Amino acid sequence: MTAQPLCLSIGALSATLPNGDRVLRSVSLDVAAGEVHALVGESGAGKSMIGKALLGVLPPGVRQVEGSITLEGTRLETLAPAARRRLIGARTALIPQDPLTALNPSRRIGPQMTDRLTHILGWPAASARARIREMLAEVHIREPDRVIAAYPHELSGGMRQRVLIAAAFAAEPRLIVADEPTTALDVTVQKQILRLIADLQRRHGTAILFVTHDLGVVAKISQSVSVLYAGMVVERAPAPELFATPRHAYTKALMAATPRYTHPASSLQPVNSAVLAELALEVRAADTEWKRAHG
Amino acid sequence: MDSARATRRPSARLWLAGLWLALVFIAAIAAPLLAPQDPLAQDLLYERLPPFWMAGSESGYPLGTDSLGRDLLSRLIYGARIAVIVALVAAFAACLLGSALGLIAGYFGGWADRIISRLVDIWMAFPPVLFAILLVAVLGTGLHSVIIAIAVIDWTRFCRVVRAETMVQARMDYIENARIVGFGRWRIMLSEVLPNVLPPIIALLSLEMGIAVIVEAILSFVNLSISTDDPTWGGIIAEGRLSIHQAWWILVFPLITLFLTVLSFSQFGEGLKSRFDPVLR
Amino acid sequence: MADRLFTVEGLKVSLPDMARKPLLGPAPMLDILHGLDFTLERNCITGIVGESGSGKSTLGRALVRLLEPSAGSVVFDGHDIAHLPEPALKPLRRDLQMIFQDPMSSLNPRRTIGAIIAAPMRHHGLADRIDERVAAALTRVGLPENFAARYRHQLSGGQRQRVGIARALALEPKFVLADEIVSGLDVSTQAQILTLLDQLASEMGLTIAFISHDLSVIRRLCRNTIVMRAGRIVEAGPTDALFAAPRETYTRELIAAIPLPEIDDDWLTR
Repeated sequence: MTAQPLCLSIGALSATLPNGDRVLRSVSLDVAAGEVHALVGESGAGKSMIGKALLGVLPPGVRQVEGSITLEGTRLETLAPAARRRLIGARTALIPQDPLTALNPSRRIGPQMTDRLTHILGWPAASARARIREMLAEVHIREPDRVIAAYPHELSGGMRQRVLIAAAFAAEPRLIVADEPTTALDVTVQKQILRLIADLQRRHGTAILFVTHDLGVVAKISQSVSVLYAGMVVERAPAPELFATPRHAYTKALMAATPRYTHPASSLQPVNSAVLAELALEVRAADTEWKRAHG
Repeated sequence: MDSARATRRPSARLWLAGLWLALVFIAAIAAPLLAPQDPLAQDLLYERLPPFWMAGSESGYPLGTDSLGRDLLSRLIYGARIAVIVALVAAFAACLLGSALGLIAGYFGGWADRIISRLVDIWMAFPPVLFAILLVAVLGTGLHSVIIAIAVIDWTRFCRVVRAETMVQARMDYIENARIVGFGRWRIMLSEVLPNVLPPIIALLSLEMGIAVIVEAILSFVNLSISTDDPTWGGIIAEGRLSIHQAWWILVFPLITLFLTVLSFSQFGEGLKSRFDPVLR
Repeated sequence: MADRLFTVEGLKVSLPDMARKPLLGPAPMLDILHGLDFTLERNCITGIVGESGSGKSTLGRALVRLLEPSAGSVVFDGHDIAHLPEPALKPLRRDLQMIFQDPMSSLNPRRTIGAIIAAPMRHHGLADRIDERVAAALTRVGLPENFAARYRHQLSGGQRQRVGIARALALEPKFVLADEIVSGLDVSTQAQILTLLDQLASEMGLTIAFISHDLSVIRRLCRNTIVMRAGRIVEAGPTDALFAAPRETYTRELIAAIPLPEIDDDWLTR
């Protein structure tokens, strides 16, 4: 693991709301080149916020106030905004959660997929079109011409997600942020999409920051995991280690709360209030220390 | 929560608008006490007196007089009476008619919706001012015809907004739950849907009051409102237009009054809407 | 033979297909359910599982008669309610309650939680000692009594869903339809809500149809399971047997597609 070069390194990243509350509390994590790193947590854990900070699309009012984001050896904070956008545009891509709202309903699929290649990366239109056709074949779309000419509403949910995956991999990014990419899908479709992402990721050697709330998905797709609670990384471990011997009480509680059809009697234990009380103390301690350091 | 904060900010606007509207309402109610002169008393010796800060003004005529020597301030104060009556009665009538039809169309759908929506489409194809002039010409001049004309023309505005909002609310699960409980359709419409479409209705009602004031002024301007003796803001503007070169104030003061009133109605409505919304509160 | 609360035979539901509505005239009817036969046992939670488009929510809505079936019979507690007109249905409504998927949308934003829970009781003649009854309903689902004065936007997702349960159970109905009631919740909240529902069901002897897309949840909670696909029943039976030895390929596929929170390197390629 340590021998591999780092694709992404985030150090002590903090982000605040307009009222000064932190949504990210000194988050640190490393993603090795070509690995899938899962960010798992419940709603409000700030897992999507990390990907947004990296891509430079934090919601209005949320500010990165501290910490470093290093993408393939380049510290993003040292770049001018335009240079940063260019680097992000060339080296990263996003697979969004909702494949319907991520596509413009009034434009055909083809032009929407080539946009990034021609406008941001400056490819000639013809080679962009050829690349898109190639990528649609890679995501097992049998009738590329029909899909290229279609409007988003004419495709099924699974098909739209395939299109977005093809678009994400088209420019050979080094890192992809996948923000809950299978949450809106049925389980059988989810499995196909997970398999597709894992396949493409291995073949292209792309690193993925995989945001999800589902520990089951984490176990199946990722090599390493950060467990988040209230914008804090409570546990970071290689996936086999995390599932074999979870160390943090919250990780254990999450696993016990996740239903398993194989162990119906022992699954689904509500999170112990003592665990939540302890977490609240950890959050408060972290905030006190942060306030002391920042006046 | 940013949007919630943004909609809370206009409370200054709400208060300013409310203050002006309060002044207009007080003027309307207490016109005989407040007006310095009889608004109808002509005095040709005092024709076209300028307002108080200009040379040649007379005390007792603070905003000057018109071409027949009638006190402008008194005429504006009495004009507020007509404006307030029209604003309240006509806007409420349009609101009741339009909202009722909009609720029915939006909640029941089907044939009711098709008939009401077609009616709205046809109605909106008429140019409103011409329609009003036509209606008043048919009904005869007078306050009641002005009010009927405004209500008959402007109900479509309420109907369209309420119908759309009702359709959104009718798809909510709490409406289904009300059916599960066993409430009848009319009861669900009135006690579950209506309270949730009230904020846009209130905003629109206030806006409509402003529009009613304008329409009345337009009808007065073309001499189709009430009898020419009673002072109305539109009537004063029409007279002012004739002597714009000799006495600008006859035109400008009623215009400012009209402008502030209409603006206040719309701002007041927006302010009330955000106050009434429990989700934003 | 087990005591049955619902006996459904040949249930068909068709809805107008607005997407293919011609310019003039009525929309063509689209068959959602193609003749279902099943029973729901008393004092038992029956899981209804299927993917999107399987018709599971339509089936639920036909059971509580939010939809009128186009054919077939739905015998509830001795009455065929399939085509009962609303006035005749009214006395039965009390025993046919529902908990919704999205508690945000199922609670009227302009009413206090107390008023929301009280409304069904008032409507069915339980207006006396209403404050006590509301307080009892809140306590039953583990919420403090002073929540009666709050509005829905002042509650967390899990608390809203508890209110949804309190409202449905306030009338002590014979049947409760639970439509994807935990799919919008975090796992820790989900576990709380399911544990609560399980406990209330056994305490109150409830008959529940539990609609879900999540087989792991169904396995934990339901004694019987009905698997649906494209408006038909694929397989139905006791949950234990169904998981131990699924008879149909589709059921096996559905089970195999669930990602369990344990490392299994071959899962993706299987």
